[in-house]
Amino acid sequence: MSEQKIDGFELKPGFKGMASDTGSDQTMFKGVHWGKAMMWIFLLSDTFVFSCFLISYMKGRGSTIVDWPNTSEVFSLYVGGVPVPLLLIAIMTFVLITSSGTMALAVKYGYEKNRKMCGWLILATAVGGLTFVGMQVFEWSKLIHEGVRPWGNPFGAAQFGSFFFMITGFHGFHVSIGVIFLFIYTYKVFAGHYESKKRGWFTKMKGDYVEIEILGLYWHFVDLVWVFIFAFFYLW
Amino acid sequence: MSDEYDNNKSYQAQSSEVLDGSAGSINPDMDYVRPAEIPEQDLYHAHSFIEKWIFCQDAKVIGVQYFLTAVFTGIVGLILSWLMRLQLGFPELAGFMTAEHYYQFVTMHGMIMVVYFLTALFLGGFGNYLIPLMVGARDMVFPYVNMLSFWMFFVAVAVLMASFFVPGGPTGAGWTLYPPQTILEGTPGSGTGILLMLISLSLFVIGFTMGGLNYMITILQARTRGMTLMRMPLTVWGIFTATVLAMLAFPALLVSAIMMTLDKVLQTSFFMPTILKAGEVLEYGGGSPILFQHLFWFFGHPEVYIVALPAFGIVSDLISVHARKNIFGYRMMVWAIVGIGGLSFFVWAHHMYVSGMNPWFGFFFATTTLIIAVPTAMKVYNWILTLWRGNIRINTVMLWCLGFIVTFVNGGITGIFLGNVSVDVPLSDTYFVVAHFHMVMGIAPLMVIMGAVYHWFPLVAGKMLSETLGKWHFWITFLGAYSIYFPMHYLGFIGVPRRYFEMYDSPYMTSTVGMNEFISVAAFIVGAAQFILVFNIIKTLKTGKKAEQNPWKANSLEWYTSTVPPEHGNFGERLPVVHRWPYDFSVPGAKDDFIPQTTAPSEVANTEVEKT
Repeated sequence: MSEQKIDGFELKPGFKGMASDTGSDQTMFKGVHWGKAMMWIFLLSDTFVFSCFLISYMKGRGSTIVDWPNTSEVFSLYVGGVPVPLLLIAIMTFVLITSSGTMALAVKYGYEKNRKMCGWLILATAVGGLTFVGMQVFEWSKLIHEGVRPWGNPFGAAQFGSFFFMITGFHGFHVSIGVIFLFIYTYKVFAGHYESKKRGWFTKMKGDYVEIEILGLYWHFVDLVWVFIFAFFYLW
Repeated sequence: MSDEYDNNKSYQAQSSEVLDGSAGSINPDMDYVRPAEIPEQDLYHAHSFIEKWIFCQDAKVIGVQYFLTAVFTGIVGLILSWLMRLQLGFPELAGFMTAEHYYQFVTMHGMIMVVYFLTALFLGGFGNYLIPLMVGARDMVFPYVNMLSFWMFFVAVAVLMASFFVPGGPTGAGWTLYPPQTILEGTPGSGTGILLMLISLSLFVIGFTMGGLNYMITILQARTRGMTLMRMPLTVWGIFTATVLAMLAFPALLVSAIMMTLDKVLQTSFFMPTILKAGEVLEYGGGSPILFQHLFWFFGHPEVYIVALPAFGIVSDLISVHARKNIFGYRMMVWAIVGIGGLSFFVWAHHMYVSGMNPWFGFFFATTTLIIAVPTAMKVYNWILTLWRGNIRINTVMLWCLGFIVTFVNGGITGIFLGNVSVDVPLSDTYFVVAHFHMVMGIAPLMVIMGAVYHWFPLVAGKMLSETLGKWHFWITFLGAYSIYFPMHYLGFIGVPRRYFEMYDSPYMTSTVGMNEFISVAAFIVGAAQFILVFNIIKTLKTGKKAEQNPWKANSLEWYTSTVPPEHGNFGERLPVVHRWPYDFSVPGAKDDFIPQTTAPSEVANTEVEKT
């Protein structure tokens, strides 16, 4: 947004620019859409939620009296009778990161008012998210089938199941919410609501392509959180 | 000390170099304010009764809805405190009450007052009503989300109240809900009661997050022309910083509530260690109860400042307006608010000195705790210096403000005692603690709420509350509150433990009987005195004197709306343009003793206004 002109205001780079923006009237983040600023602050708050979960997990794992299950065994898939550790997780991560890429492209085409491309890319993102949730359901059912429960499991400390189901469940819930909104936005883009300035069903507010970017911020955040969950659960 | 106003320190309003935002392009026109950089807000006007008064998107109506709901829960909390005092002072009259009931009342009183009353009242009530008006916005930036925020809060309150009527009653684990006993059989309400409490807290956090995003973005991104951050009333600064704290602290509460719900429902053992009960090992094992305490207090301590910071901000404005003097050290006040907010995240474990933590850990938290006293003391000095040589009007609002300063200093000083590990350990879990936190975060913020109600009622309802009733209300509350909490310090010193249903055959039984009766009588009177305000409001709405616009001669924008009470959109055709801070009172050379924020520099060219 460096070329943006603010009437009567000189946008300066670096720390000086930040100080001058902060000291000015009207807005602190110059030219930033309200919804975008809101999403950033919401994500900061959400970061604290996931941090609390992951710190609790570290504390819980660090202080159990029983050994933690061997994660590379628990999470491995058998391909032709040979256990391949992290196979499913690798695919899940790949799908989710790819969907982040399609999301970023959707934002770009949205700003270029390329309605068709934007819509197809959001749909692709939604399908990617849905695939991820589907694979998570598969992983959960596999673990449940092997006897892993929130209150105990045959492989080691009971807290393994508790933390695993809680944290991946909370993340999966985030992904699902994102998928729902992605489908709604797919409809809105294909129906041309942003061009016709149609008012929203509930909020009665006019929409704009910036909404795609706001949803994109959320989607990238959910991806980023997955990277941490991946590292803490599957690699530790 | 000379009476002369020091002319060298003042500033002749001639240029507007602070206004243009970028050095090097000083506009010669002294009244110049940068053009609007945000488009007019797209407002959805209500079309029906339901849209206007129930599912309303107007922040002012939402503020009143929050206020009324919070006051309702507050009255429930008040009645619970009466029942507790009845048991403590006159147990022979409280035969209907079992120990289980008492624990439930203690728990619900604490949780209601801290979360559902004070937090909701300050941020949801005053925040919604005042933020858009004070920063010169038409409404909150996301009116629909704001409406959802209130209804989420409403459902949270409904769920909380429902827990009174389920089998087993509400939880009686103490408002801190410490595991493992909270969810174990034997604790009152360990069945459905605790579950509803945890659900209600989660709903509250979700609802608050929606509101908090609104408050923050409205303040950061929707101020009117000329309204810089350093020209905002301190009320807005207090509410803003409290909201930031809430956005970062409530996640810990949400996470602990989720984990405890799973411990309860799915028999996980996040917080549950191996437990022997009647010789049998329970299903639980391997969890950490201390983890819950850390999570809870990482929320719980900032929560204290979520309640206190809006009170600090509001009282600064009230003192300044009613002493007809600018707030002393405005910038210091702002930085103190921000500093207290930042520090409040590094003190949580001072609630856990007796949890068996490493002494060095306690040493660290004692240090950070005592550092908070520095910005807090700065604020107290600034309030007193604002009053010093002010043109003080001793009206109801000012009385509440003075009452606040006294009770706050009192509660703050006992806080210094409790912040030190070696003093805290013997005083821990005694009535000294009860007296401390009721003084500092119960009575003191309540005094500010009362002052704020008397101050802003003319704006909300367009009528003036009765001063006579207000003064009765104040004096009974102030003297009564001291009668309640001063003796409690003494009870704490002789070692009476808190949360006890009765003292059985202990030596406390005989030595404290008289004092407990006295405290209880005072509590009944103070509680009843609060209904003077309810009566005053009803009477004023019916027959009260109509308020003129801006009855207190204040400067901030909420008094300069197109109509009183303000309509949807707040400011009529054109948004106000701000040229100064809201504290230009008694400016030498000015026509009136106040200069509204909207007054252009050229209109007051020959006065000695300060550069803001």
